[in-house]
Amino acid sequence: MFDFLDGYDVLGAFWMTVKLTALSAVGSLVWGTLLAAMRVSPVPLMRGFGTVYVNVVRNIPLTVIILFSSLGLADVFGVTMGSDDFKVQGFRLAVLSLIGYTAAFVCEAIRSGINTVPLGQAEAARAIGLSFSQTLTLIVLPQAFRSVIGPLANVLIALTKNTTVAAAIGVAEAAYLMKTMIENEAQTLLIGAVFAFGFVVLTLPTGLILGWLSKRLAVKR
Amino acid sequence: MTSVLYDTPGPRAKRRNVLFSVVFTVLLALLLWWVWQKMDEKDQLTSALWKPFTESEAWTTYLLPGLENTLKAAALSMVIALPLGAVFGIARLSDHRWVRAVSGTVVEFFRAIPVLLLMLFANEFYARSTDVSSEDRPLYAVVTGLVLYNASVLAEVVRAGILSLPKGQTEAAYAIGLRKGQTMTSILLPQAVTAMLPAIVSQLVVIVKDTALGGVMLGFPELLNSRGTLAANYANVIPSFIVVAVMFIVLNFILTSFASWLERYLRRSKRSTGAVLGVDKVDDLNAAEVGGTYGTGAGGSI
Repeated sequence: MFDFLDGYDVLGAFWMTVKLTALSAVGSLVWGTLLAAMRVSPVPLMRGFGTVYVNVVRNIPLTVIILFSSLGLADVFGVTMGSDDFKVQGFRLAVLSLIGYTAAFVCEAIRSGINTVPLGQAEAARAIGLSFSQTLTLIVLPQAFRSVIGPLANVLIALTKNTTVAAAIGVAEAAYLMKTMIENEAQTLLIGAVFAFGFVVLTLPTGLILGWLSKRLAVKR
Repeated sequence: MTSVLYDTPGPRAKRRNVLFSVVFTVLLALLLWWVWQKMDEKDQLTSALWKPFTESEAWTTYLLPGLENTLKAAALSMVIALPLGAVFGIARLSDHRWVRAVSGTVVEFFRAIPVLLLMLFANEFYARSTDVSSEDRPLYAVVTGLVLYNASVLAEVVRAGILSLPKGQTEAAYAIGLRKGQTMTSILLPQAVTAMLPAIVSQLVVIVKDTALGGVMLGFPELLNSRGTLAANYANVIPSFIVVAVMFIVLNFILTSFASWLERYLRRSKRSTGAVLGVDKVDDLNAAEVGGTYGTGAGGSI
């Protein structure tokens, strides 16, 4: 029944999806946290930069960003991302675009987490003489991070699904392989089911585990 | 006092803030200068590349038809997905276990799958099993993919909206003798949809952004796709990308602003009790269950 899978590296394609997701997740967590720190900082210029970045990036389709990274950055500007190999280049450009895009959503999630920390906590911290960085790292961020695990899980799930857009610049991940397969093979429905199942397997545990974790770690108020 | 995190700055903090501002400005200026240099080096600043956008031809032949297709696909998807989403949202709250189970599975399934896969599949399906002409097929495929995904997201929005209504609404409806169906259609649903309207409008942003996928992968002649034709004609890759990105930003910014205006308006409005009672709770539910549809733009779908 599943003969049509012969000759196609389905697991390899999903492994590419996982790699794209993992690298982009780490990158966007770092860049997103930095952006969130800028958006709540006392320096107006940094706040402005953060706000403009988030609002601009959120409103551009990811497809435009990824296509630009290939046609604009690589072809016109000659940004090679340290590799001459077309495939490696495509992969790195896709990761770069996914980080730039997802960071905006990570930033908003973390910022909303900071907003859930009651004012009294920070006031109490300052009252006992803690500095801005001490208040942030010892009192506010630990509480904020625990309350944003749920929203961050949603961002991660969306990121997993968004990696399929990399197919637009020829990165050989799951959506790319599915397109090739349904064009060449007769079993459209079965192929669709296989790939759908693959994504359910990737996203469902993420949601369940992180959902459980967010309930466990939530600060009870 | 603008933030939880810091006091009104004193003299030392003011000096430090100025220092940070200067350092940050220098870094930002360096970055901008590097981009400008790079663009100059690759001749992307020559006026010939930008000139097409000052003439009507580029707009009437490429950009405006593309924009029209983007809007058409988005509007169609929204109009079909909303009632479908309402049906599935209500079905998930049904008293019958099998209705809950079936609709729950359907909703969770389509939320777990990338829109791109749905579009690719729909495209191939229409090509093999129906006689939709090959011209119309991309539009059909894009709308099908968007409807399946967004109906399931909207189902969660509607469900959260209904759950956020005060229990007294249902009890009062039963008390005056309404049946289950009547309670849902004339009491609960109107209030839930009103309260959720901002979230529903901002879902439009996600739909508009997703249409671009059809342009690249299925050849649907929307805005991003017409950028390709335009750039092939005038050989202006970078300027065309910038113009198209700005068009998307402006369009989506208008939608986002409209959504937040709507939210403020509903909060203020005294006429619709449901909205006033529900909105605060709806925000929480949104953030928790729908992936912050409103707060983070539907959990950052494409």
